Order: sequence, then structure tokens, then C-alpha cells
Amino acid sequence: MDDTLAGLLQVLFLLVLLAACYAPLGDYMARVFTSEKDWRVEAALYRLVRVDASSGQRWPTYAMGLLGFSFVSIVLLYLLQRLQPLLPLSFGRGAVEPAMAFNTAVSFVTNTNWQSYVPEQVLGDTVQMAGLTVQNVLSAAVGLAVAAALIRGFVRANTDRIGNFWVDLTRATVRIMLPLSFLAAVGLLIMGVTMSLRSGVDVTGLDGNTYTHPLAPTASQEAVKMVGTNGGGVFNANSAHPFENPSALSNLFQIFLMLVVPVAMTRTFGTMVGNRRQGTILLSVMGVLWGALLAVAWFAETHPTGAAGIATGAMEGKETRFGIPTSILFGVSTTGTSTGAVNSLHDSYSGGAGGVTLLNMLLGEVAPGGVGVGLVGILVVAIIAMFLAGLMVGRTPEYLGKKLGRREVTCAAVYILVMPAIVLLGAGLAIALPSTLDALSNDGAHGFSEVLYAFASAANNNGSAFGGLTVTSDFFQSALGLAMLFGRFVLILAVLALAGSLAQQKRVEATAGTLVTDQPLFGVLVGGTLILVAALTFFPALALGPLAEALA
Amino acid sequence: MTTTLDRPVESAGAPVKAGAFRPAQLWASLPDALRKLHPKAQLRNPVMFVVWVGSVLVTLDAIVSPSLFGWLLAIWLWFTVLFANLAEAVAEGRGKAQAETLRRTKRDTVARLVDGTTKGGTELEIGDRVVVVAGETIPGDGDVVEGIATVDESAITGESAPVVREAGGDRSSVTGGTTVLSDRIVVEITTKPGESFVDRMIALVEGASRQKTPNEIALTILLAALTVIFLLAVVALQPMSAYAGGPQSVVVLVALLVCLIPTTIGALLSAIGIAGMDRLVQRNVLAKSGRAVEAAGDIDTLLLDKTGTITFGNRRATELIPVGDATVVELAEAARLSSLADQTPEGRSVVELCTTEYGLAPEASAEEARAEFVPFTAQTRVSGLDIGGRRVRKGAAQTLLAATGVRSDEVERWVQLISDEGGTPLVVADGERVLGLIRLSDVVKPGIAERFAELRAMGIRTVMVTGDNPRTARAIAARAGVDDHIAEATPEDKLAYIVAEQEGGRLVAMTGDGTNDAPALAQADVGVAMNTGTAAAKEAGNMVDLDSDPTKLIEIVEIGKQLLITRGALTTFSVANDLAKYFAILPAMFAALYPSLGLLNVMGLHSPQSAILSAVVFNALIIVVLIPLALRGVRYRPSSASALLRRNLLVYGLGGVVTPFLGIFLIDLLVRLIPGM
Repeated sequence: MDDTLAGLLQVLFLLVLLAACYAPLGDYMARVFTSEKDWRVEAALYRLVRVDASSGQRWPTYAMGLLGFSFVSIVLLYLLQRLQPLLPLSFGRGAVEPAMAFNTAVSFVTNTNWQSYVPEQVLGDTVQMAGLTVQNVLSAAVGLAVAAALIRGFVRANTDRIGNFWVDLTRATVRIMLPLSFLAAVGLLIMGVTMSLRSGVDVTGLDGNTYTHPLAPTASQEAVKMVGTNGGGVFNANSAHPFENPSALSNLFQIFLMLVVPVAMTRTFGTMVGNRRQGTILLSVMGVLWGALLAVAWFAETHPTGAAGIATGAMEGKETRFGIPTSILFGVSTTGTSTGAVNSLHDSYSGGAGGVTLLNMLLGEVAPGGVGVGLVGILVVAIIAMFLAGLMVGRTPEYLGKKLGRREVTCAAVYILVMPAIVLLGAGLAIALPSTLDALSNDGAHGFSEVLYAFASAANNNGSAFGGLTVTSDFFQSALGLAMLFGRFVLILAVLALAGSLAQQKRVEATAGTLVTDQPLFGVLVGGTLILVAALTFFPALALGPLAEALA
Repeated sequence: MTTTLDRPVESAGAPVKAGAFRPAQLWASLPDALRKLHPKAQLRNPVMFVVWVGSVLVTLDAIVSPSLFGWLLAIWLWFTVLFANLAEAVAEGRGKAQAETLRRTKRDTVARLVDGTTKGGTELEIGDRVVVVAGETIPGDGDVVEGIATVDESAITGESAPVVREAGGDRSSVTGGTTVLSDRIVVEITTKPGESFVDRMIALVEGASRQKTPNEIALTILLAALTVIFLLAVVALQPMSAYAGGPQSVVVLVALLVCLIPTTIGALLSAIGIAGMDRLVQRNVLAKSGRAVEAAGDIDTLLLDKTGTITFGNRRATELIPVGDATVVELAEAARLSSLADQTPEGRSVVELCTTEYGLAPEASAEEARAEFVPFTAQTRVSGLDIGGRRVRKGAAQTLLAATGVRSDEVERWVQLISDEGGTPLVVADGERVLGLIRLSDVVKPGIAERFAELRAMGIRTVMVTGDNPRTARAIAARAGVDDHIAEATPEDKLAYIVAEQEGGRLVAMTGDGTNDAPALAQADVGVAMNTGTAAAKEAGNMVDLDSDPTKLIEIVEIGKQLLITRGALTTFSVANDLAKYFAILPAMFAALYPSLGLLNVMGLHSPQSAILSAVVFNALIIVVLIPLALRGVRYRPSSASALLRRNLLVYGLGGVVTPFLGIFLIDLLVRLIPGM
């Protein structure tokens, strides 16, 4: 079968799988966040930590809970890495150095999973399982909680309560992340992903020498890495490693896993606001964007210029097991969600395809975005779009029955502002430092793309690396660490404030003068706003990086 | 009152004589615009302040290292700031002209108090009672507490016909500056001098007390955020460009920044707001705050008084129905006779009907004029004429039938039917012989049903408020095409209705004039008090209509919408413009570093310098070009939200993307002629 046809069939199969899960998973998640009943294990947990599960929280309380929880998570994860020599199953791998430990702790708690370390050399099984995997689950649950709070802001009226963070976190963990990850892990095991607590296996190479090939409890980590749109691999090669991603089937399954929760989240939204078309229209914006970026990258990668053009395609940096189409499919999906797992080296993509993965993140990761936060991102864009559109039809702008006034616009503006600020200032600062030039493996436009990509990935909590940039210097460890922190928590604060402000409002009744938001025109509006804002913000930076490369 | 729906109601965007924009206004406002170059004035507007700072930087740079390009750029950047000032100054200038007209009413007068002492008009206090006699000017706003007088209010309303103002009732309010034409009244002052409606409006249109409205604040925040994003993008560009091998000059970076930040809307924003108030004043409506004007655009429910708004003020004869063996001509002749001497509006309308439909003489003949007139009284409820032994009468069915002793099932059936249809039946009899009936009905103003259909398309519900009984109210409501009606309405009913609507999340507008309307006017999101109404009503509402035309509510809603649409459309246009500017400036900046980026120069601009200068010139000129639009407001046609959005997205979104490509290309054709470009 020819590569393109196989690729198209895989895309089709992926879409069918997602469509099948859309309604059941979406509605299930809606029930999780609206149900009055606690599971027994949850009730026990609430008693243990003395949380009154029945009480709602104001947004500042909710936010304090979230920030406090995340702060403690970072500290614990940092300590775990620093104290590694004392832990079992550490295989003699020593204490992680402070800058790297900080970067990694922040990275996993912010759902970024940027990895400045080589996992199989630096971390033992205890830190992997008790530290990273736990944060993979919890950081995704935090994302779901934020989305639930924002949706409640739209659903509720005349109240200052947006839910209970501890309840949302617990339910997202117990009822969504854990069961899904378990199922996914079983699936991956069946497909041949390894699972072992041994430090490694000795193999005799063709040259007669004996090599120790590291092993890890891969399948369990791999599952939550994808389902929680985390992306941090247990091996440095990430999903290109045969122990993490052995076959075309497991590859497709992984792509499905990272897309399924963000996609179904739009259904959750539609169900919770009582109009499912509201969700499907947002999904269609995400879908069109994903499809368009996939098409561009696919085309660029199969029509390379230069030396690679002489071969039948740009295979540099790709696994022959996957080939071009599925590598691109993986690349577009991992940068469109906040996953950041990779099965190919984005650095080696052609200018066009590399630019697509970069642009995908710079759009704010909404195609379809990270667990929970993808929906949040597109809702914020929808608010900006509806603000302008509302003015253009001569009414105080509103969305889903809530007026978009000073507070709402301020929150949305902060949300829109923070990510570009981090990316542009970070990349600008980094490229001005002489030390950066040493850290780059390429010069010219491509070198700049590498730096821009690193900050885009960190600020958007993606975690994928373009590669080619050595990020172990103290500057990059801390700058990217801060980028991840601000990119995650300033945005979350803005969203929670937005949720609080929306929930306080009374509901405005829809009339014929109200703009409908479940029709294609609205989709065009949101998509257009999204692209225009990102294009205008990043056009100059992109011109000096991938654009200069692609047009050359 | 002449403003009725007989004439097509002007769309809010239609040119009004006083509102037409003349280029000469630009020249006239130039001194004010120059004065606004002061940094303190610029700080009010974050977007333009950034341009101002940029202009200073580029000027300094041009002084330190002079070049033609640098100076041209500096000059055009200052033009950008100046044009923004000009937009605001023109709007304010027009406002000042309006204010001047209003102020003319505030001539200083001497007030004569009831106790015989005198006070200057500006020293009056609330509660003072002043005496005004024919020929004198009323010294301040107040209520007539004694007497009745005709008053010339043309100074504020422009309406030359004098109006009657009397103590008690709903026509007791008088405005300072108007002149008493006859009789003597005692006025109790209800507003402190300097705080009257006119004073507030003067302050508003002059821009002195202009406060940003909620939507304006939200928009300013969004524009500020965009400005910050672009500022960061440009600042970060410098190290990136340096890495690529060529740091940019400050001049070029400032040019890029100014082109990117939303200067078009930033420059026009306050002009749009002032012009919105201005359009209201042109329609003789005074608003207490800009917030009220904005709220008008959001109105979901309009409470409209039936009389005067939906129907003509009085009932009119619309049909003659003969009964028994009488012919319609016989009936018409008798009906005319019975009404000849009847000077009530209803009576006159009967004669009119007989004249127009049946060709009878409109005037009484000599004989008819001598006949004895039987006037209508509350007791008899019958009027008519005794002429040549004939006793022609018309009147309420019950009374007349009882008086004539005739019983007719046919008549009773008609009476029932006419009442059911919302009309009032009058029976006509000649002696003992019942000839037939006259149908008096409320005549719904022509075009009003279409108007309500338009409102419905805009998402606005119309509610008719009337004192009529439910049956009549229902019939008229059906004919006028309102969405709901309140029959036998008391002021309490109105208030309750408004509260219920608001609890359902809807915004309500209403008009009112009586003191007992005051609570409802205050409760409504937009309460328009009639100028003829009481001071309490005017105080409670947030607008006053000097023409006392309840239909104007619809125009007010349109003006509110137009204000928001203009802001939204120009913001969209402004942001959409950026795309072309990128295509002009980025290749100019980077083509030397990465020749491949020269491909972005899709407009084929002459040189990097001419490209940058052309973009800056376009950016400045577009402000001037759009000033008339900002002042006039974007054309508004009542239609559904989706249709409006589609149209405005097409015109201002897509248009905003395309226009600058053309504009910059054309400007570049000229700029390249400058030597050295």
C-alpha cells in the first residue's frame, strides 16, 4: 500500500475512534462534574483531608487551593529528585542537580513535561512512578478542574461559587484520569509496550560487545503520558523508542489517547451548558484547524526542497516504522494538544512542517488543546470574538447568556496577553545572549526557530522539543521553568477570575437580537479571531524563523 | 406635535441637517487639535499615547541623525497623533455648537418670588416659588403649582406652536428659558440652577464631563492589551533581528509599532462616543449619561403607550353601518347633521368621514348653522341637532336606544361586534327612527406594524400599555402587531411588568410623563420622560424627549445600537488592517537579511524606505478618511443579529484586510517619486 493511502486510512480510523468515544466520554465527564453523589473512596478521602465536599468555593478560594496544591506538588517532586540516592529502585542514579530538578518539577506539575534530562540515565523507577507519573495524573486533573470551573461560570447565575477545587480534583483523578489511564495501559501492554522494574537488560550487539539496555515501567507511564496530554517519556527518545511505541498500531493508539479527552471535553461543555451544538461548533473549529495544519505539514514534508527532495521524502529524524504521514499526524496532534510527546524529531522537519508544529502551539494550543485547558483556551478566544461581534450587532456583547463587560474582557485579555509575552520576551532575551549561540546546533533562521520553539513549548505547557538546542544551562533551566510556571498559573488565575465573574452575573435571555453561537458563522468568527490574533502577534518572529526557511 | 409615523421615520444613520459633516470643520478644529498634543491630554488614550511617545523618539532621532526618510517619518507620525486629536476636536466642536444652542436658553433672568422679593436666576434654590406672567421668561426648571398659561418652548424644542402648562396633572412641568405667552403662573423650582437637564446635556456634548461608558471601558482594555502585545512583539524583534544579522533602527521599529497598534479605532473612539450623544441631541433628546445611550442599544423590551405612539391620539369615525331599511346615504346625512356642531375630535372625525366618503358638505349651511345644537353631557351621553322639526341624535347605544324606546336586535348585535373589535359604537337616530351606527376606532398609525416587525427582527419585544379594557386592548394590540399588551394599566402594573422583565434578564425601555410614572421610569433601564411631563418624571428618567414624542424611543434604541456597531466595526477594521502593514514592513525590514522574505512584498513596493513610509502615511490618512464615518455612525438597518454580523464582517473585516493593500500600494506610487526613496 502506498504511504499516502495508508496515512489517510489511519487518519480515517482515528476519526472514527474519536467519534465513537465523543458522546459517551463527554457525557460521562459532564456527569462527573455535576453529580451530587460522592464515591465511597472519595468520601473517605474527603474525611481524611477534612474537606467539606458539599460546600462551594468562591474563585479566590478555588484558586488558592489550586495554587497551594500545585506549589506543594512542585516542592515534593523537587525533593524526590534531590533525594533520589536514598530511594529504592534508583539504580544508583544520583541526586538530580538543582536547576534540572527545579525545571523538571515545574515541568511535570504544569502538565508541560519539558525534559531537559535524559530519563533513562538520570531517573530511577521511584522518582518516575511516585513522582512523575503521579504528577502526570494530577496535573491533568487540575486542567479538568479548571475547565469544569469555567463551564460552571457560564452555567450558574447569581452566585459567587464556582465549585470545590478538592472535589473537582478528586473526581477528575478518581473517575476520569485513573480509569482511562488503566485501560490505556492495558491496551499498550497488549500492543507490546514494556513494563518492568528491572534497571535494564543486557544484550550482545552484532559487534560482540555487551550493552545494557535500560528498562522501565513503561506502559503505565506511557498511558497517562498520552491520556493526560503530558508527553514526558520514560526514555529520551520518547514515542520514537520501540519500548514506548513499538508499532504502527501502538502509534495510532497513542495519537488517539492524546486527542480523546480534549475532544470529548467539548461534548462535556455542550452537555453542561444545555446545548450540545455549542460544543460541536467549538469542536469543529478545533477540527478544521487540526485538519488544515495536518494538510499543510503533510504537503510540506512530502515535498521537501534541497537534498532531501532527491530522496522520496524527508525521512531525516523519522522512524521508518512510522513513515512520513504518521509522523506528521503525531507531530500535529502532539503540538495541537499540550502533549509534547514526539515520535519524530521536529527539528528535522522541513521549514513548512516545522513551522506548523510551532504555529500550532502559538495558536494557544486549541486544536484540540490539552486536557481541560484546550477547551478553556478556545472559550477565551470565543469571548474575545464575541466581544467584537457583539459590538458589531449593536448590543453589549454576550456569550451563552452572560454579558462580556469590563471584568470578563480584562480576564480574557490577560489570558491572551500572557503567552505571547512569555514567548516573545523569552525568545528575544535568549537570542540576545551570547551563551545561546553556543547552545544552538544550527545557525540562521533554523537556529532561531529552535529557540522560539523552546519558549513556545514551555509557555504553552506543551513540552515537546524542537531539538537541536542544549537547554541544560542554568539560564535555560530557569527561564524555561519560569515560562512554564507563568504560562500555566497566570492563565489559570485569569480563567478562574473569569469563571467567578461570569457566575456572579444574572443570565441574559436570548432574543432574536442575540448572536447565535451554535451556527457555522460563529465557528468562522472564532477561527478567524484565533488565527488573526496569533498571526498578528507572531508574524515577525515567525518570519525570521520558519517562514524565512520555508520561502528559501 | 408633528413627529409622527406619517412621515417615514428616519433611520438613525440618515443624514440630519445639523449633523452633516463638512470638511471645513476639520480646519475649524485644528487649533483645538494642536492644543491636544500636550502629553497630559494624550495620557487619556493609551493607544495614542504610545504613538505620541514614538513620534517624540523618531523626531529626536531625526534631529540627531537627519535624513529625509527620518524627517518624513517623524512628520507623518505627528500627523497620526494630530489626526486623532482632530477627530476628537471635530466631535467636540460639533458638540459645542449644540451646547451653544442649548445654552442660548439659559439667559440670565431675574426671578420674582411669590413673597415679592427678587433673585437672580442662578441663585434660585429648590422649592422657591416664582411668579411668571405673560412675556416673561421662566427662570428655572420646575412645576406649575398655580394657574394655567401658554408657553413658548421653541427655544429648546424648536417647535413654534405654544403649549399649555397648568397646575396639577401631567402637564405641569416647565423648563427654564422658555417664555410665558399668556396668563400668570406660579412655578415651584425643582432643579438647582446648573444642574438642570439642559446643563447636564451641555456638559455631556461638550465632552467636559464625559465619562467612559461600560462598553467603552471594556473596549479600551482590549485595545490596551493589543497595544501591549504589539509593543512586546516589536521590542522582542530587535534581538531577533540582531541575531539574524541586522539590528533595526529605532525609526523603523517605531514605524512598525505605530502601524500595528490599533491607532484607527484608538484615534476615533472618543469621537464616536461624543457623536453618539450628539445624534441624540439632534433628535431633541437629552440624556443624563452616555451609559443610558449605550443601554438603549441593549433594550429587549419596549413599553409603549398606546395613545400617541401606536394609535393617533383620538378615536376616529371609520365606518358607517346602516340598520333596518335605512340607506347608508341617509345615515351619513344624519350622522353629519348630528356632528356639525360637535367640536370634539370624535365629532369632527364623523363630519370628515361623511365628507370624504359620501361627498357631503364639510361646512354647515346657513340653515344648519341656525339650528339648535344639543351638546354632549356626561348625563345624557348624547349630542345632536334640532333642525326643521327633526331631532337628529348620535350617542352611546344604551342611552340612545332607551331614549328612543326602540329595541333592535340588529343594533345590539353590531354594538357587541364593534366593541369586540376594539371600537366604540355610536348609534344615530332621527327622531324615533334608528338609522344605524358609527364605528369609532383607534386608528393605528400607518407603518407601525411594519416597524414592530423590524423591531422583532432586531430581537426587541414591544409591549403596548393602555388604560383600555382587555377586550379593546387585545383588538388594538392584534392590529398593531405588538408582542404583548397591558390592559387597564396602572402605574403599578407598569412597574411590576418592568421588574418581571428585568428578573428574566431583559432590559426594558419605556416612556412616561406623569408623576405616577416616576417609579417605573426610574426602574426601567432606559426611561424617557416627555418634556411636557412633570418634573418628577423627568428626574426619574434618564432621558428627556423635548418633542414629547413617545415614538422616539425606537430611534433612541437605534442610536444606541449604532454607537456600539460603529465602535465594533472600526475596531475590526483597525485590527484587520495590520495584515497588509506586515506585508509592507516586514519584507522591508528583513529582505536584506533573508532574501527569501522579499517574497512577502506582494504589493511590489518600491523600496524598503518607501514601503515603510507608505504604511505610516496610510495609517495616518485612514484616520482622517474615517472621521465622517465615526461622526455619522455606521449605517444601521434593523435586521437579525446574524445578518448584521455577516454584513459588518464583510464590510469592515474583509474590507479591513483588503483596503490597506490597495491604499499602501497607491501611496507607494506617489512616495517613490520623492528623490532618495
